[in-house]
Amino acid sequence: MKTLGNYLLFLSSQFVRGESLKILSRRFIDEAVLIGISSVSIVAIVSTFIGAVTCVQIAYNLTNALIPRSTIGFMVREMTILELAPTITSIVLAGKVGSNIAGGLGTMRITEQIDALEVMGINSTSYLVLPKILAAIAMFPLLVILAMTLSILGGYVAGTLTGSLTPQEYVEGLRDAFIPYNITFALIKSVVFAFLISSISAYQGFFTKGGALEVGEASTKAVTNSIIGVLLADYLCAQVLL
Amino acid sequence: MIEIHNIHKSFNGVEVLKGIDGVFETGKTTLLLGASGTGKSVLLQCIVGLLKPDLGSITYDGKVFTNNRLDLKQEIRRKIGMLFQGSALFDSMTVQENVEFPLKMLTPDMTRDERMERVDFCLKRVGLEAAHKKMPSELSGGMKKRVGIARAIAPNCTYLFCDEPNSGLDPLTSIKIDELIYEITKEYNITTVIVTHDMNSVIEIGDHIMFLHDGLKVWEGSKDNIMDTNVKDLNNFIFANSLMRAAKRVEDEGGEIDKL
Repeated sequence: MKTLGNYLLFLSSQFVRGESLKILSRRFIDEAVLIGISSVSIVAIVSTFIGAVTCVQIAYNLTNALIPRSTIGFMVREMTILELAPTITSIVLAGKVGSNIAGGLGTMRITEQIDALEVMGINSTSYLVLPKILAAIAMFPLLVILAMTLSILGGYVAGTLTGSLTPQEYVEGLRDAFIPYNITFALIKSVVFAFLISSISAYQGFFTKGGALEVGEASTKAVTNSIIGVLLADYLCAQVLL
Repeated sequence: MIEIHNIHKSFNGVEVLKGIDGVFETGKTTLLLGASGTGKSVLLQCIVGLLKPDLGSITYDGKVFTNNRLDLKQEIRRKIGMLFQGSALFDSMTVQENVEFPLKMLTPDMTRDERMERVDFCLKRVGLEAAHKKMPSELSGGMKKRVGIARAIAPNCTYLFCDEPNSGLDPLTSIKIDELIYEITKEYNITTVIVTHDMNSVIEIGDHIMFLHDGLKVWEGSKDNIMDTNVKDLNNFIFANSLMRAAKRVEDEGGEIDKL
């Protein structure tokens, strides 16, 4: 309970005597590049292969002749949009972005850089943490959209190249019983995950005490706690929003 | 002028500061002297607002820093420059950006040209006019301290705090950094507080010295009368410091410490 209280106080401290909009917007762009653009390659690789593997494995299990082959495309789409793209992407980003945030802030803490900001009269949480959270909230949905697209493309390439189904069957499956709300649901989830990953990681890094060893520990905790947070939120979102 | 009154600070039930009073005068360097673990750095952190004292008051030129008025605290904080033990330079920024940073944040009305002019002046003042584009990782310990001083004085600070400015530096560089801090104090008539356990600094730049022991201020005075004191803890401290320096000198000259 104490940790939860400290976490909430930490979040609220970002809005007390915050920095000017000009400074925040500049910091936001820096963080958006760091969190978003530099994560494109890893998200692209992971999602493409997950789409491909999903397609191949569904095709392998789909042995009943009465079930049309287009079902493979349908299942790849549903799995990708509802779960794989938002959740797996977020778990990958929890590793990459989460550890980066916690490690960066932890190092700033132990080398007194955060103290230096405070002494200058700058709200260190508003200056350092708020732009990270806002950038994550802005960039995660874009990365998830990219992941959805590449995952479905990966499934298409794998399915057609292995001869599991024809391009027409795959596209037919993709179009079948499409519910646009599922995309909205995935994007809402990605925003929730972005907030959890960035804020939990920032909290772990910001309050690091000690030396290099503790910075490593903070990064590890940031990743594990973020992943647990993502999985819990995933269940809650499914329960509440579907 | 900074005045502190009855400062108490505890951590997990252990009282680190046990009621410290003192006055830090404008245009003078005040040294907080003492062995490790006596509460010097904690006191400094209380004075600059990084820690909140459990009890007591801190006043900057008549304005109470320890009350809860955030705007007043901010106003005072913007006049504070601090040199940290490890320099605390922002490692993602160049030297120039580090020095420009407080100007950007604290004086938004300044134009870029004005900021650059001030950065050039400050870096020149600390003897680093050719280091603008260097990253902190490319600098030596002494150069980092100089950049730290330049960053501290860039926004025309009224109060300068230095936490162990000589730590990790060779004796020659230590003297240079001490001299630089002293010159800046006199040149800009600022209130300087230095945490140190280095007796060389006392001899070089100590206008006023406060000796802390076990969370209490046990002695204060000037460098001229520090050797005449009969405070046992201070005498032990001075003796140990002198012994260490003598031992180092003997060792440097190839002698044996046992024969000292």
